[in-house]
Amino acid sequence: MTGAALEARGLSKRFGGVQAVDAVDVALGAGEMLALIGPNGAGKSTCFNLLTGQRRPDAGTIRLFGRDITGLPPRRVWRLGVGRTFQITATFSSMTVIENVQVALMSHHRRLGALWRRADRLYIEPARDLLALVGMADQAGRACGLLAYGDLKRLELAIALANDPRVLLMDEPTAGMAPGERAALMDLTARIVAERGLSVLFTEHDMDVVFGHADRVLVLDRGRLVAEGPPATVRVDARVRAIYLGEDARPVAAPPPENRP
Amino acid sequence: MDFLVIQALTGLASASSLFLVASGLSLIFGVTRIVNFAHGSLFMLGAYIAWTLTDALGWADHAGPLGFWGGVLASALMVAALGALIEIVILRRIYHAPPLFPLLATFGLALMIEDLVRLIWGPEDLLGPRAPGLDGAVTILGQKLPSYDLALIALGPLVLGGLWLLLHRTHWGVLVRAATQDRAMVGALGVNQARLFTGVFALGTFLAALGGAVQIPREAVHHALDMQIIVEAFVIVVIGGLGNVAGAFLAAVLVAELNAFGILLFPRIGLVLLFLVMAVVLVLRPHGLLGRPESEPRAAVAPTVDPWRPTGPTGWAVGLALAGGLALLPLVADAYVLSVATEILIFALFAASLHLMMGVGGMVSFGHAAFFGLGAYGAALATLGWGAPMAVGLVTGPLLALAGAAVAGWLCVRLSGVYLAMLTLAFAQIVWSVVFQWQDVTGGDNGLLGMWPDRWASDPAVFFWLTLGLCGGAIALTRHIAFSPMGYALRACRDSVRRAEAIGLDRARAQWVGFVLAGGLAGLAGALFAYLKGSVFPDVLGIPVSVDALVMVLLGGLGSLTGPLVGAVAYKTLAIVVSSWTDHWPLILGALIVGLVIAAPDGLTGLAHRLAAAGRHGRRAGRS
Repeated sequence: MTGAALEARGLSKRFGGVQAVDAVDVALGAGEMLALIGPNGAGKSTCFNLLTGQRRPDAGTIRLFGRDITGLPPRRVWRLGVGRTFQITATFSSMTVIENVQVALMSHHRRLGALWRRADRLYIEPARDLLALVGMADQAGRACGLLAYGDLKRLELAIALANDPRVLLMDEPTAGMAPGERAALMDLTARIVAERGLSVLFTEHDMDVVFGHADRVLVLDRGRLVAEGPPATVRVDARVRAIYLGEDARPVAAPPPENRP
Repeated sequence: MDFLVIQALTGLASASSLFLVASGLSLIFGVTRIVNFAHGSLFMLGAYIAWTLTDALGWADHAGPLGFWGGVLASALMVAALGALIEIVILRRIYHAPPLFPLLATFGLALMIEDLVRLIWGPEDLLGPRAPGLDGAVTILGQKLPSYDLALIALGPLVLGGLWLLLHRTHWGVLVRAATQDRAMVGALGVNQARLFTGVFALGTFLAALGGAVQIPREAVHHALDMQIIVEAFVIVVIGGLGNVAGAFLAAVLVAELNAFGILLFPRIGLVLLFLVMAVVLVLRPHGLLGRPESEPRAAVAPTVDPWRPTGPTGWAVGLALAGGLALLPLVADAYVLSVATEILIFALFAASLHLMMGVGGMVSFGHAAFFGLGAYGAALATLGWGAPMAVGLVTGPLLALAGAAVAGWLCVRLSGVYLAMLTLAFAQIVWSVVFQWQDVTGGDNGLLGMWPDRWASDPAVFFWLTLGLCGGAIALTRHIAFSPMGYALRACRDSVRRAEAIGLDRARAQWVGFVLAGGLAGLAGALFAYLKGSVFPDVLGIPVSVDALVMVLLGGLGSLTGPLVGAVAYKTLAIVVSSWTDHWPLILGALIVGLVIAAPDGLTGLAHRLAAAGRHGRRAGRS
């Protein structure tokens, strides 16, 4: 696909005897919301970690707007305009909510090396705007370590948007949230994506979220891509039904959350 | 050639004892995540009790009613019972404290045991009995080897085999291995954690004491054994891989042979060689020879939940008022009090510099004395070598420390957690041995004498004011750094490496900058210390000085920027006051530390916060 925001070809990764990801092609179109789904151990998280640079692929190439980013460390990938949120939230728990966003903004503007300035006075307005965008403005001064889980997820989204990314990678953005919160967060994400012209790739276990918000769905099973297409097509795909409802009759709606190694 | 074989065999015999100690330390760390600083003390206790049971009571044939081996075994069992008691009474209360706090408790225990040993057995070296039946020598390739050494060579693999069977063939062993892999999981499976931990601590203690007891026919028993052995045991555990018993065996053999041949080949740099090997192993294999990365990397320093606030106008007013009040001290105090106060100020800066690295940067250092000492020697060499004025020495000292920290930091930031801490210790020991052995320049053990402040600052009051100004300014600087963008970068890496790298932070670079700044500030403290004392000895680079800094920071509380200052003042004052009352200040200080760790796991500043909260909220504070 030409003009893809993020494109991976022949992505492979092996851990010992396990082929976690096997020659996977991913193409995220500009302005698209693409879901990556699959049962536990299908290789979603590994795929994600390859795309963000946390792990180096054994084979395959990754291109961001045509530029080869294969093997770059996470911080370089981020500098090129890729924001990400984590499955298990990762925030700076000794700082306040707004400081978390300020640090991301300082890093984006390459101001983190300074020793003389007072950091808490930098980028207050942009940080407030980002918090307002995700509906956290009223919690700006709270200790991040005291936030409820759903709020942490929204804070992660604000942090991920701090470098004005063109591509957003969200690893299970709604895991651990109440059903009402899930819909609200995904509606919010969809709105931001539309407003800012972002492209989003997300993994998700909640099928309501997937079929309600994805433009297109990729299905991974045992490291291989087994189906791809609009939600309506994937939903009725025989192979997908076999994977999810097959021998072990896994319920579609709520499989157990995945444990990453 | 023949001689080399004998040397290698002697090395193997030493390896057995080292392996016993190190495997115990490794097991305890693997399961409980406690860095047991008292492990060397328990080794020493094993040696002393074995000496009493086999020799001191004046039994015929130096055998006692239990015989030599019975005495050795009984000693190890008695110390193991003491270990179980320590775990139940003290350590069990603090597993949920911040990760480094138990270390402080075991340090307090080490102080107490050392003093108790001196009290019970006296300060003299004690010579142990020969083992009956093994007091002869065998001739190998025309050279004599004590037959006891042969028995020891066999003991190491025997214990390794026994431990392997215990860990792989028993239900208990499976639990121990599972807990080493993932402690939370074992707890979730409904295993009685408390009993498992007590058992492991007792086993580890037993091995340490046995290691000490079997050494008595080979080496004199003395009360400095604890520090000597704990450093070697740490090095072995880290080279082998934390929590890995087979790795500990491999590393014990490596270290013992290095000791045996290092003395022959490089008599001047034997110690350096040991630590160089460790540094090389850690840089090539960051988790030791046989160690594996942890399932989930744990922060060595738990982030505080209460965000730090920049010093407001009230804070600065209080700080300036305090400094102003201190500046009046020379009007009322005599020269002795002034020199004590000057020393406390210097150590407050030393502690603050370590806190910058540990509390802000999340990098634990067991070797911060390296930079304090480099600062002292940097100043001394300028003053005595070039005849430079003090103002120059106060620049060259910190610069030398800065340069040392740049080199050490470059290596250290590749590691994390306890491994990083051990590499700082290795660096400090390397610097110590260089200083100790490079007599032409550093004077070696005799030190460098006669470097007094310039005439304008020779009055104690003036030197106190100078120190107050420099240390006060430098402490204010550490505070300022904590709230600068660089400080936020450091705290970000401490809180979550994953997130820090995902927002474009170069973790290694940020931590390196933090490391170098902390080293430079410690160097300033060291330079001032040299002028205060008028001389510099290799002691300023020693492990006790590093431990002092660590204790001050932990005592004050890692979670607060005021912590290191409170800790330094409290610890130094206590040490000076108690040591003026009694010769047994280590015993009292150790007991106070242990008591404080149990009463206030968040340090003195944490305790103060909680007391203040209790005052405000009345009964609500009881739930802490």
